[in-house]
Amino acid sequence: MSASLSKPSFGDIAVKSTVLLIAALLCFAPFLFQDVRALEVAARICVFIVLVASYDLLIGYTGIVSFAHTMFFGFGAYGAAILLRQMGPGWDAVILGGLAGVLVSLVVATAIGLLSLRVKAIFFAMITLAAASVALVLASQLSHFTGGEDGITYRAPDLFKPAFKLMVDEDGKVLRLFGVKMNGKLAAYYFVFVTCLLLFFVMLRLVGSPLGTVLKAIRENEARAEAIGYRVVAYRTFVFCLSAAIASLAGTVYAVWLKYTGPDTALSFAIMIDILLMVVIGGMGTMWGAVIGAVLMVIAQYYLRDLMGVAAEATAGIPLLPELLNPDRWLFWLGIIFILLVYFFPKGIVGTITQKGARG
Amino acid sequence: MENLSNILGRMGGVYLLPAGLALGAFVLIGAPASWATLTIAGLSMGMMVFLMASGLSLIFGLMDVLNFGHSAFISFGAFVAATVLSLLGGWVGADSVFLNSMALVFALLAAVSFGLAAGWFFESVIIRPVYHDHLRQILITMGALIVSEQIILALWGGTPITVLRPHFLEGAIILGNVSVEIYRLFAFGLGLVAFIGLYLVLNRSRIGLLVRAGVENREMVEALGFRIDRLFIGVFMVGSALAAVGGAMWAGYETLITPALGGEMMIVVFIVVIIGGLGSIKGTLLGAIMVGLTANYVGFLAPKLALASNMILMTIILLWRPNGLRPAVK
Repeated sequence: MSASLSKPSFGDIAVKSTVLLIAALLCFAPFLFQDVRALEVAARICVFIVLVASYDLLIGYTGIVSFAHTMFFGFGAYGAAILLRQMGPGWDAVILGGLAGVLVSLVVATAIGLLSLRVKAIFFAMITLAAASVALVLASQLSHFTGGEDGITYRAPDLFKPAFKLMVDEDGKVLRLFGVKMNGKLAAYYFVFVTCLLLFFVMLRLVGSPLGTVLKAIRENEARAEAIGYRVVAYRTFVFCLSAAIASLAGTVYAVWLKYTGPDTALSFAIMIDILLMVVIGGMGTMWGAVIGAVLMVIAQYYLRDLMGVAAEATAGIPLLPELLNPDRWLFWLGIIFILLVYFFPKGIVGTITQKGARG
Repeated sequence: MENLSNILGRMGGVYLLPAGLALGAFVLIGAPASWATLTIAGLSMGMMVFLMASGLSLIFGLMDVLNFGHSAFISFGAFVAATVLSLLGGWVGADSVFLNSMALVFALLAAVSFGLAAGWFFESVIIRPVYHDHLRQILITMGALIVSEQIILALWGGTPITVLRPHFLEGAIILGNVSVEIYRLFAFGLGLVAFIGLYLVLNRSRIGLLVRAGVENREMVEALGFRIDRLFIGVFMVGSALAAVGGAMWAGYETLITPALGGEMMIVVFIVVIIGGLGSIKGTLLGAIMVGLTANYVGFLAPKLALASNMILMTIILLWRPNGLRPAVK
């Protein structure tokens, strides 16, 4: 099945070259797509690749279903946001905020893990769902602290301001390289890209290590892993904490990029649904799946809605159909695609392609 | 110490918890009138939550299926009932108790029949292909939840809808200096009837015997020649219909409903079944009453804590009994 040990299969090569292509596109995104919206999309893809990959550590590698992943993402984002507003724009605020987010995530993850990872998987899913919704309600209620429903707007460190001159030409103006301004926006994008790349490599290394093998063993047969002498609860709690910490860091990065943090961008249940869709579309249990799922979903999010708006206008005469084709209803279609995928392609795009190649 | 726990066990064990809670709150609140109002509010809220939660718990107990889409039935029940009530607006506002109650009966019947039909559809189309696979079950029912929420948004829009209450359920009865809302009494009564009905069916009828046997040991019941899958569709449909009725009652209680209602109630329902222990009706009732009482007492004593109160209650109970108070599933 897995082609990593033997000769790489066709499907395997196809998947990996696609991922490499995506990485190259993301790396040169500011030069290739020179408009503001495309850069937004690229940065969102970077952050979501990390977020989805860290979720895949749980659901795909260890077989734990958690609905609290956005909560950890939100801890990181709110940590940076609150400190950036209180302390003013600066690196100390970003680093302290990121650390605070990670710390809170670790504490909460340990508490939830020790409390509920001992019992059935389904209990864990329910408890994380409850915890996440409490976090969401708290964020909107403690408005003097979190900005409530409106969220927090703040300034990023000076380096990332669009007015900041990264390189200047002889006249003291911002240097243009291949028509791209060397300004703070570029620096901000590469901050997001490099951090996400590093985090992704950490996870890639992790799943290839003996620890990753143990996690898979737990997913496949919990009782057997326990019998061989691995402490299942300890491993599960560890991986839950780890993925929480990574999600929190991704949240911090996203908060610095957006210069705004609110329930909709960092905590809402819609993000959790996005992550679930990305994991399932891409393929559970492979880091490459996270990349492909995140890319497809984010692009769909930004561009599919435009398409649906056109379709809604075209079908204006028919009852109910325009309502369902309304751009706001795009989750309806994604939900249906999601159900069909879980039925027919439970391994997702990457899993299915890899398997095809291995057979042939 | 052992003596004491023996005595407590004989007097009802964990079923004494709500009484203990009420007693503690009585001491803390101090004013008997407000205590009585809060207790009645808590009991009626508990009963409505029980309606919503009982189906989920039974479905899990019998077939090891956890339906994350359960809240879709709650919201659909609420919206269907609200629509029927507004269609029958003339009857609802009329001065005759007969017309009032007919409107109410029709609204509840609409919710029930919708719940039955949707439950049948859900079980046979969505859930049947993924029995015995928890991971895919969670994912698929979650997907179904997303789709149903979007359908509600498409049909009823995102703006809050006002729910008409039948005229005879408006107002309050004054007993001494305690005022009791009639709607709460009605909700409590309906929940109690549902509980007694479920209890009698499960414990006194042949079908109930089979359901309980199925919860206990599914293979054995199948080996004895009973079609447990048919039984399960029945339980699923009844569970969904109960959730729809619960949603309808909740809609009347809140009087202003939004499509977010299902999601909000779902968390409470989950907490209730976790506290009560999955799979048992009595445990669910116990959990629902505990949650209802706690929410009302804490809301009065420390409004700031009200949001987290259910979560705290759940944490305490899970630390004490990791499988819930009265688990039926081993």
